[in-house]
Amino acid sequence: MANIFTSSIGKKLIMSITGAFLILFLTFHMIMNGALVFSDEAYDAIVRFLGANWYALVGTVILAAGVVFHFVYAIILTLGNHKARGNIRYAETKRERGVEWSSKNMFVLGLVVILGLLLHLFNFWYNMQWTEIIGAHTNSLGMSPTDGADLVRYVFSHPGYVIAYIIWLVGLWFHLTHGMWSMMQTVGWNSKVWMKRLKCISYILSTIIVGAFMLILIILYVQSL
Amino acid sequence: MNFKLKIWRQANAKAQGRFETYEVKDISADTSFLEMLDILNNNLIHEGKEPVAFDHDCREGICGMCSLHINGEAHGPDTEITTCQLHMRKFHDGDTITIEPWRSAAFPVIKDLVVDRHAFDKIMQAGGFISVNTGGVPDANTTPIPRADAEESMDAAACIGCGACVATCKNGSAMLFVAARVSSLAKLPQGKVETLSRAKAMIAKMDELGFGGCTNTRACEAECPKGVSISHIARLNRKFLTAKFKD
Repeated sequence: MANIFTSSIGKKLIMSITGAFLILFLTFHMIMNGALVFSDEAYDAIVRFLGANWYALVGTVILAAGVVFHFVYAIILTLGNHKARGNIRYAETKRERGVEWSSKNMFVLGLVVILGLLLHLFNFWYNMQWTEIIGAHTNSLGMSPTDGADLVRYVFSHPGYVIAYIIWLVGLWFHLTHGMWSMMQTVGWNSKVWMKRLKCISYILSTIIVGAFMLILIILYVQSL
Repeated sequence: MNFKLKIWRQANAKAQGRFETYEVKDISADTSFLEMLDILNNNLIHEGKEPVAFDHDCREGICGMCSLHINGEAHGPDTEITTCQLHMRKFHDGDTITIEPWRSAAFPVIKDLVVDRHAFDKIMQAGGFISVNTGGVPDANTTPIPRADAEESMDAAACIGCGACVATCKNGSAMLFVAARVSSLAKLPQGKVETLSRAKAMIAKMDELGFGGCTNTRACEAECPKGVSISHIARLNRKFLTAKFKD
């Protein structure tokens, strides 16, 4: 087992495990955001729970490690695969029947997700948990770091942010539609019978997760008008 | 029918390659693609020029020797056929047809459209066999095999090792080829005994030879002339990971 992660399948296993972990986080995040639609107090209670407490900080570090491993191994695999393709490319290519665009552009979609994540971390993590960690009482917007609901409502009252987040979420949706069934295939939990089912489940879950994120931010924007 | 052919010419493995354009005229629609190349070569020889080198053997779609990336597709514009089974009726009169060799770091060009596919032989030598003395041919049905297993095994065994999967994969991965070999043996009583060690050995050799990893695009199964499914790759992944966790 020692050298499992040096093999091409082992490296993909890391992508699958970290990918599954990040999907679980997204699901939790989506449910947490849902609280804001119904009650600002409920949302702020979650924000306080996930502030600069030791368990939230441990969770943040584990989550960051998941993102870093997923991203670093994506780079390692992409560079290796690029080299394996050879120096000379085909003069003419055609899209193969049944091959989805997302499956061939996972790295580019991943970059879209990472860029969106950087903006998102600045908007919220920096102004909430980080502000608490450094012991400041107000964030860069002059708000209390535990005043999550007000911060989120403030950000999503700006149409520019709403559009940027929608673009980000579309990229995430494409990434998830391939990533979900692909991770099952990589660990070997797939067959001819389950192929269609897994793809269908991937589309449904991706749409539920990303659709809920989008719906919530649109509701927040409409409420801000 | 008349065609303009844009063909990759390369004198040897180290030479710089380039596209050259040729014209072929009065080709019957029922001419096979390789016969059309034979006609071109005949013309080139009569003109005192070097004929185009390309791989071929059985011309029945079973040996896996013919290759060619035609108009952006391995084995050309049709499903589940090899280049030798492709006919000119699939093209239109006056078409320009681009013909390239398989492109992959593990399949270097030897000359023109011929690539070196020895890497597949090396992967087979690493584990694509049953290492027991099987003796003479046993009577049919001496060892009962469930029909579903036999069918699954035969579907995988249909792989002819042509390399279209590697040529098509954006990662130059040989996973479909390895999966077909491992899967066809894993579903049979004689072959399944060594499944785990076979999966490990063949994947190790595949990685060593510079093939890329699988990113599940499904392009390989779309262009496979024998329609080998990527469900066999799922089985290979399962067997490989099981083997590694047992180590």
